[in-house]
Amino acid sequence: MSKEVLKGGLAQMLKGGVIMDVTNEEQAVIAQEAGACAVMALERVPSDIRKEGGVARMADPSLVKRIMDCVSIPVMAKVRIGHNTEARILEELGVDYIDESEVLTPADDRFHINKKNFTVPFVCGARNLGEALRRIAEGACMIRTKGEPGTGNVIEAVRHIRMVNEEIRALCALQDDEVVYFCKEHAIPLHLGLETRREGRLPVVNFAAGGIATPADAAFMMELGCDGVFVGSGIFKSSDPARQAKAIVEAVTHYNDAKKLLEISQGLGTPMLGIEISAIAPHDRMQERGW
Amino acid sequence: MLTHLSSIHFQQAIQTVENTPKQEQVRIGVLALQGAFLEHCLALYAAGAKPVELRSLQDMENLHGLCLPGGESTVMAKLLVQNAMLQKLKCLITMGMPVFATCAGLILLSRKIIGFENQVCLNCLDVAVSRNAFGRQKESFVENLEITCPIFSEQDREEHCNFPAVFIRAPQIMQIGKNVKILARRKDQILAVQEKNMVATAFHPELTENLLFHTWLYKKAQEYKKLF
Repeated sequence: MSKEVLKGGLAQMLKGGVIMDVTNEEQAVIAQEAGACAVMALERVPSDIRKEGGVARMADPSLVKRIMDCVSIPVMAKVRIGHNTEARILEELGVDYIDESEVLTPADDRFHINKKNFTVPFVCGARNLGEALRRIAEGACMIRTKGEPGTGNVIEAVRHIRMVNEEIRALCALQDDEVVYFCKEHAIPLHLGLETRREGRLPVVNFAAGGIATPADAAFMMELGCDGVFVGSGIFKSSDPARQAKAIVEAVTHYNDAKKLLEISQGLGTPMLGIEISAIAPHDRMQERGW
Repeated sequence: MLTHLSSIHFQQAIQTVENTPKQEQVRIGVLALQGAFLEHCLALYAAGAKPVELRSLQDMENLHGLCLPGGESTVMAKLLVQNAMLQKLKCLITMGMPVFATCAGLILLSRKIIGFENQVCLNCLDVAVSRNAFGRQKESFVENLEITCPIFSEQDREEHCNFPAVFIRAPQIMQIGKNVKILARRKDQILAVQEKNMVATAFHPELTENLLFHTWLYKKAQEYKKLF
């Protein structure tokens, strides 16, 4: 019980905030100065992984360590889906959160990490309610909707949070005797299906990720009910990262205030170029990784 | 009203407060720039108060109490400045408005942040704090603390002497001024304090079901309201 409170508790503290991808110390400091509530330390941002190809793995722990040493906010790092050992290494290093991420090349085609065996908390991606609750069953204490990483195109992130929301509403509308079948159809552990139905929301904090490139994108995700946002390539692939980052942080706080959003959205330079989703071959879509 | 769905547990408390005539409500401003402000709002509803989310200067009217939540103190400090809320907040607290602060809120409220002297703070509570004093997330912990607190009635103290304290990358109070009372400690570590109208904890009562601190804030805010 207390373990869950601690693991989930840090996610609670991150709410209403922006978690930014950074690849070196300089970027980490820019992110912190702009008001990031945490940084994600990685070797390449998703758009570069997409462009350069090859196998994407956990970052060099010495890079993660250097980033941990230069900021005072929480530091997260990514491991490959199912790669227990990469996770053990990052836990030993002392990162504050591990992202078992589809942005990296999966290490296991069937099993995600058994996250219950770790003291470090995990965040995992999901495209729908079933996927989110399966990850929670494995011990994830924070979910992020997957979107399509490295595209600067928000449509997939929107699709995924809408899907989660629609499925939760559908689940809540069921009668008691219909819940078991719903859970079977969506491959949801029954106890988590019941808990979600009782709470009317996911049992853990849920951030948006995958394609958020502007303050308006970030505020839109908040309006759709996310607790906060991850911004990957969107910041350091824009023409003025520090300003873009600061504006996204403000937009998340004031997502309900159009007057403020108008002010925030002006004169930010060029956001990342972005990719149309249909231009990405289905087997190159990162969101398909994991299950 | 709250925008999130998990308020479902608190439906009854929320309804009771919302159905109270506006002039009778005890309005407590909850800083809502970033962090776990929703949990405080729900706890305040449960204690009988009307939480008001504070995101700009305009939100800070007609309040009887204040709550500074946990989150990232660096983020909140920046947003307080960018939204021109710092002076008004400081002014309300200096005038005697009751305030309850947790974790990052304690850091904001303090006089000095050791090692981060350039980080903006309200400079209201006469303490020097150390951020992430226990270490990183892996050093986070839960422990029952004895709350020895003169501001609560004898009965409350009996009832709540074992307080489930949740520490998440928590700060610690390293030095205190002469008017500061210690409310909770663990060995030689100072973890909760009071100075006049201010109560601050390094831990997170809002993540537990214990309403002791929120009830204190509600009662103090009620008294404060009567002054006007």
